[in-house]
Amino acid sequence: MNELMLLSIEKSVAGRGSNVIPAPETAAYALPDAFRRKDAPVLPQLAETDVDRHYTALAQRTYGVNCGFYPLGSCTMKYNPAVNEAAAKLPGFTGAHPLAPAHAVQGCHAVMDELAAALCEIAGMDAFTLQPAAGAQGEFFGMLCVKKYHEARGESHRVKMLVPDSAHGTNPASAAIAGFTVVSVPSRADGLVDTQALQALLDDTVAGMMMTNPNTLGLFEKDILAISRMVHKAGGLMYYDGANLNAILGQARPGDMGFDVTHFNLHKTFSTPHGGGGPGSGPVGVKQSLVPYLPTVASLGQPEGLQLKAFSGNFAVLVRALAYLKTLGKESLGDVAAHAVLNANYLMKRLTDAGFTPAIAAPCMHEFVLTLASLKESHGVSALDVAKTLIDYGIHPPTMYFPLIVHEALMFEPTETETRETLDHVADVMIRVLAQAKQNPDAMHTAPHHAVIGRPDDVKAARTPVLHW
Amino acid sequence: MEIKTDRQYSESHEWVLFENDTTATIGVTDFAQSELGDLVFVNLPQVGDTVTAGTPFADVESVKAVSDVYCPVSGTVSAVNEELLTAPQRINENAYDAWFIKVEKITDQKPLMDAEAYRTHTQA
Repeated sequence: MNELMLLSIEKSVAGRGSNVIPAPETAAYALPDAFRRKDAPVLPQLAETDVDRHYTALAQRTYGVNCGFYPLGSCTMKYNPAVNEAAAKLPGFTGAHPLAPAHAVQGCHAVMDELAAALCEIAGMDAFTLQPAAGAQGEFFGMLCVKKYHEARGESHRVKMLVPDSAHGTNPASAAIAGFTVVSVPSRADGLVDTQALQALLDDTVAGMMMTNPNTLGLFEKDILAISRMVHKAGGLMYYDGANLNAILGQARPGDMGFDVTHFNLHKTFSTPHGGGGPGSGPVGVKQSLVPYLPTVASLGQPEGLQLKAFSGNFAVLVRALAYLKTLGKESLGDVAAHAVLNANYLMKRLTDAGFTPAIAAPCMHEFVLTLASLKESHGVSALDVAKTLIDYGIHPPTMYFPLIVHEALMFEPTETETRETLDHVADVMIRVLAQAKQNPDAMHTAPHHAVIGRPDDVKAARTPVLHW
Repeated sequence: MEIKTDRQYSESHEWVLFENDTTATIGVTDFAQSELGDLVFVNLPQVGDTVTAGTPFADVESVKAVSDVYCPVSGTVSAVNEELLTAPQRINENAYDAWFIKVEKITDQKPLMDAEAYRTHTQA
C-alpha cells in the first residue's frame, strides 16, 4: 500500500478525535429504539491536525489549470477568472432561497433572463432552458425534444439518429437512451463528414443528425450548410453538440448553420468550474418549432410543466457564466475564438516542424490531433507513453486515443488563456520527449517516474473494479 | 499478427470456421483484438437466438471503446462461449481459440475472404 494514498478512514486511530462540536444548548431527546442504530457509525477518528494535513496533501497533489498547462482536447480547460467566483459569492445570490417568491429574488431572475438572452444571441436560437445539470443531460433532453417534435407531427416512424464516426461518445449514448437507433456516418479522408455517404442514409425514417462543429479532429465542417439542408429536406432536425463551441464563439452561430437544437457546456466555453470542481451546466437552446417542449419556470408563474432539475438548475454556475460574458463584453467575445484558434495552430505548427505528424495536415480550429502511429511502429513508443511522460514535465496529458478514427491519437486544446511563452515551453518539452522516445524508449514505458502513482492498471480496474473501500 | 489459414474472414474482422455447410464457429481476429486493445467486457447472445448476416450479434468493450461484433452468417445460435463473459482477456491472449458463438441452420452469409485476401485487407 502506498502510504501517500491512504484514505482518511485508513489513517483512523480508535479514540482520537476533535471536540469541534459544541455541547447542545437544549435538552437531549431520546429517539425511539426503532430509530436508534445498533452499531457506532464507521467514521474516521482523527485529530484536526491529521485532517488538515490529509486534505492539504490531497490539494497539493491535485493538478488543475491553475497549476500549469492542461491541454485536454475537447474539454476546453481554460482559466476560470476569479471575478466569476466573486460574483457567485455575492450574498444576494448565496442567501436566496429556491422557494422564495419571484418578487423577492428579482436579481436572480435577472441573471437567468440575461444569460438566456445572451446564449440565444450567441447560438442564434430562439429560447434557452438553463436547467440541465451538464452536457450529457442537455444532450439527452435535446434528443427528447426532437422525439416529441416528430411525435407531435404524427411522424413517430422517424427513429434514426445520424452521428458521425468522429463524434463524442455521449452523442450516440444520448440518442440511444432517448430511444433512437444510432446510425454512424463515415468521415472522408480529409476528416469531414462524407456527404455522399450521408445522402445514402437519408430517408423518411431519419429523425435528425447530431454534429459537433468544428468536429473532434478540430476541423470546421465546411459543408455544414449543405448537410443541414440535406437533413432538413429529409424531414430531420439538426442537433449541435456545443463541446467545441469555443472555436466559433462570437464568430459564427449554430443557428445560422441550420441547427435546430443545441446544448452548450458552461463549464467549458463559459469558464465555470470543471472536472472535479463542478457542478457543470448544460443549457439547451432551440429554434421556435421546439420552444413548446422546453421546461417552464414555476416561480415565474408559468404553468407547471416539465422540470429537468430541481428549481433553476445549478444557479451559482449560471452566475459565473454571466460574469464571464459581462467581463468580456459583446465586442471581445469573438477574441476568445480567435485566440483559441491561433494558439492551437501555433502549437500544431511548432510540433509538426519538430517531427510530429498531425492526423490531418490542414489548419485546425481550437484543437488538433496528432497521430503517433509511426513512432509506435518505429520505436515502440505509444501515445500513452508520451502522455505519461508529460506528467514528469509538469504538463497535464492531452486527450488520448480519441477520436477513435485516429490511431495513437493525442488531442491538444491549448485554449485562449495560454501565453506564447507557455506554448513554446510545451513545444520544447514535446521535442525533448520525441528525442527521448528515439534514444531511450524503454524508460518511457514506465513513466511517469515522479508522480505519486505511476501507471494504474486501468485494464484490471475495468475488469474487476473495487467500488467500495 | 497471426492469420490462420484454416478459416475465413469478414471485412469487419470476424473469423468463421465452417464445420459443414450449415454449421460454423465465429470469433474476432487477432488483428481486431490488437486494434481494440485490452478487452474488459463482452456481451454475447443466448443459445436459440437468431443471428443475421451483417448485423451485430455481440459487443466488446476495451479500455478505449465499445465496439459491435457483426455476424458473418445468418442462422441460429447453438452454443455460446460463456468463459468470455468472466475472462474477456482470453480474446487478447488467443483470438482464434476464444470463439464467441457456434451457429447452426445457416441460411445466408456475407462475402468472406481467405487468409491471404484478409491479410491484404488489413494492410489496406
